[in-house]
Amino acid sequence: MTAAVRLRSRHLLGISDLDPSEIELILDTAVAMKEIGTRTIKKVPALRGRTVVNLFFEASTRTRLSFELAEKRLSADTMGITAAASSVIKGETLADTVRTLEAMSPDIIVLRHPSSGAPHLLSTFCHSGIVNAGDGMHEHPTQALLDALTIRERKGRLAGLKVAIVGDLMHSRVLRSNVLLLTKMGVEVRVCGPRTLMPLGLSALGVHVTYSLDEAVKDADVVMMLRLQHERMNGMFLPSLREYFTLFGLTRERLKHAAPDVIVMHPGPMNRGVEIDSVVADGPRSVILDQVANGVAVRMAVLYLLAGEDVTP
Amino acid sequence: MPAVMDADRIGRSLMRIAHEILEHNRGAENLALVGIRARGVPLAERLAANIVAAGGPSVPTGSLDITLYRDDLMRYQVGPQPILRRTDIPFSIDDRTILLVDDVLYTGRTIRSALDALIDFGRPTSIQLVVLVDRGHRELPIRADYVGRNVPTSRQQSVQVRVLEIDGRDEVEVHDAEVTS
Amino acid sequence: MTDVTDVTNAWVLKNGRVIDPRSGRDGHFDLRIEGGRIAAIGKDLPTDGVRSVEVPAGFVVTPGLIDMHVHLREPGQEHKETIATGTWSAVAGGFTAVACMPNTDPVNDSASVTQFILKRAAEANFARVYPIGAVSIGSQGSQLTEMGDLRTAGCVAFTDDGHPVATALLMRRALEYASMFDVPIIEHCEDPSLKGDGVAHEGAVASMLGLRGIPSVAESIMAERDISLAELTGGRVHLAHMSARQTLRAVRDGKSRGVKVTCEVAPHHFTLTDEALKEGAGYNTNLKMNPPLREEADRLAMVEGLRDGSIDVISTDHAPHHADEKALTFDHAPFGIVGLETCVPLCIDRLVHAGVISLSRLVELLSCRPAELLRIPGGTITVGAPADLTVLAPDASVTISAGALVSKSKNSPFDGWTLKGAAAATIVGGRVLYTNPAIPGAASLTPSWEN
Repeated sequence: MTAAVRLRSRHLLGISDLDPSEIELILDTAVAMKEIGTRTIKKVPALRGRTVVNLFFEASTRTRLSFELAEKRLSADTMGITAAASSVIKGETLADTVRTLEAMSPDIIVLRHPSSGAPHLLSTFCHSGIVNAGDGMHEHPTQALLDALTIRERKGRLAGLKVAIVGDLMHSRVLRSNVLLLTKMGVEVRVCGPRTLMPLGLSALGVHVTYSLDEAVKDADVVMMLRLQHERMNGMFLPSLREYFTLFGLTRERLKHAAPDVIVMHPGPMNRGVEIDSVVADGPRSVILDQVANGVAVRMAVLYLLAGEDVTP
Repeated sequence: MPAVMDADRIGRSLMRIAHEILEHNRGAENLALVGIRARGVPLAERLAANIVAAGGPSVPTGSLDITLYRDDLMRYQVGPQPILRRTDIPFSIDDRTILLVDDVLYTGRTIRSALDALIDFGRPTSIQLVVLVDRGHRELPIRADYVGRNVPTSRQQSVQVRVLEIDGRDEVEVHDAEVTS
Repeated sequence: MTDVTDVTNAWVLKNGRVIDPRSGRDGHFDLRIEGGRIAAIGKDLPTDGVRSVEVPAGFVVTPGLIDMHVHLREPGQEHKETIATGTWSAVAGGFTAVACMPNTDPVNDSASVTQFILKRAAEANFARVYPIGAVSIGSQGSQLTEMGDLRTAGCVAFTDDGHPVATALLMRRALEYASMFDVPIIEHCEDPSLKGDGVAHEGAVASMLGLRGIPSVAESIMAERDISLAELTGGRVHLAHMSARQTLRAVRDGKSRGVKVTCEVAPHHFTLTDEALKEGAGYNTNLKMNPPLREEADRLAMVEGLRDGSIDVISTDHAPHHADEKALTFDHAPFGIVGLETCVPLCIDRLVHAGVISLSRLVELLSCRPAELLRIPGGTITVGAPADLTVLAPDASVTISAGALVSKSKNSPFDGWTLKGAAAATIVGGRVLYTNPAIPGAASLTPSWEN
């Protein structure tokens, strides 16, 4: 597959908008960006004089820090706004908050929002480029891209691999972005989780749906575990965490059925003992810390590529 | 448009430069070559081979992508960002003499970017500049230490360098109109 | 009921094609209007000095259209719509009468609120207004309203619309009690626990957009409850804004058993599906309504129900919301769209020109049946009855512009749609209240003494 020479959109709203050559472009660019992180001086002047606003309406540590680091390594001026500190709690609408910010002429707004489609709403009137850092249960495109980079690094390719994604699929934006990305890149995707947490429409995307962890993991090259929110018990989705771990928790024993060189991934933050056994999370098959390192490189790549797109005056 | 350098001339120029490097640096101890992507990289590799062929030591070679240091990045909203390639300098540049290699020296802005980039990697003893073609029209106070050929041009002309490793043949051409490559 | 009868002017609406399903008329007739009422119907009526207005060729005169599911928002939410703007929007859409839902602030659960609505409607003097009262006080689902009092004050039906009638017991009692006045209970079918905090149809589209789903059975399960209770009590239940094919199946079953169940569908549910949520940037909040846009199979079922007669009424569920309220993320934006001014073009284009139903059948859906279900005047053109008439231009092409709607709110998903068919003029109590400026020839329907 050949990489595109540019992204078609000045926003990154979701993997659904990217074609395979654009995904290749981002991953190839991220490989080059990753080298910068190995230098003594981990900074390049590419986005000097550019302003990036990180607008986070939802608690996030790793994604926010990862974007901040990416921005700083590219020499952008960055501002961080979190919901608790902003005027959102005073009843100001998202649109008004963003219009206020736009009056300060940022080049890119990185948005994390609990509502699906929030970045899409902004893209209808914003002059700045919008990067979706996670919207509700919809998409988390940079997470899927960093996962793909991690897989490609370890396996040398994406096409033809068998990837199992396990957990609370219904509420997971990581699941949606990953399914879209991996199926576009020719990966065989199996998804596994309780029936009560299984979203509709996955089969139509060519994804194999199973309720058996053993079936999902069998011969898998990659096992990606998703976080289970504790509050899922309240929605009558699950009887108990204990039973969830019994049925869907990844242990060393259950991993034995995977390919010998399987890698284990998790977008974090992990619930040890709920969806994943610590022995696996910290074990030799785990690439969870690679994911974190690759997150910075992928976000640098996205910011760099979007910053070159036309900006409406 | 006739070639101003053919394969043979390019080959002889690179051998001459290898000798000049050895001469200037009294035996090439503590030297390293860094090629500027894209066409500076194969040129640097050939110089490294030529230095060995000329009786010098094996000189480590790296590649530098200066895209992220360009001063025209995002200045003109006319097209996509340049494709970013990996920088690969698998040695410390501290206390070495670095030979920076590029195909064409023109305004000097690329070299300015490359100097900025290099200095982020450490503190070399000195940096010397090798170019295959110097076409004039400098906009910054930069000059090459080793030049394959000086080619007088007008600003309206463009200089096209092709190298075997990337383009399938060695050749330098001057075109009258802008050529989009 | 508001009285908008004109007692002074007499005129003749000449040689229009009249479609009046209840009298079986379909042909060119003259209508003489006197004192706001139909004075005579016939061929070549003498004009004997009174003014006459020639109906342009291609136009069709029908009984005035009645929208039995409208949110006028007054009292309490006048920033969205008022009784004046809402009834003017109705007239601009070809409707001569509307029935308005009680979920105002305060809720229309007492005669004083009903009287207020009727007073405001009389002041506006546009479309006639028939208030619908709440089933329970405050629509809270615990205590029945004084339906007798409300009926006397002018309410024509009862509903807790916006919410379902909370419990099976309350529905049973409401059906029993209302049947004493021969008044229907209009039900917003929705099982609250299945709906949860859903915002879009539960299906592949919502799933991939990350929107919480409302399953179709949230609607049909409640419809089945209500049909069983209507069967038990002999009361009349009318299912509002039906969207799911399972609900239609339940209605057909009920009707075949002789249960007094009727139902309505809104134009958006036979013209759009949840696929529209993906268009453009996606998440257009003007596609958010309750019940939600469902799947193609449901849309086709609604079309089939209209064709085969299982569906009684087309109503708009006109639900105006201020632009600021809709300018939120999809999950936070309110449910509902305006519908009064887009209904007729959508119906004529997508049903009549598409060959699903005849114009005569459309008049039944938009006029005869609402009048019959609510036991209100209209639905037919008869001598002595108020001259409430709609003139349709079935072949005129119109392009909908949300910004140009006369409703106070512009929350329509049909902005930019070009459709064939529209209301050319609206006549209430013998007065030509509206002629459509977008339709050539419509202006000639204004009698010369009016302006």
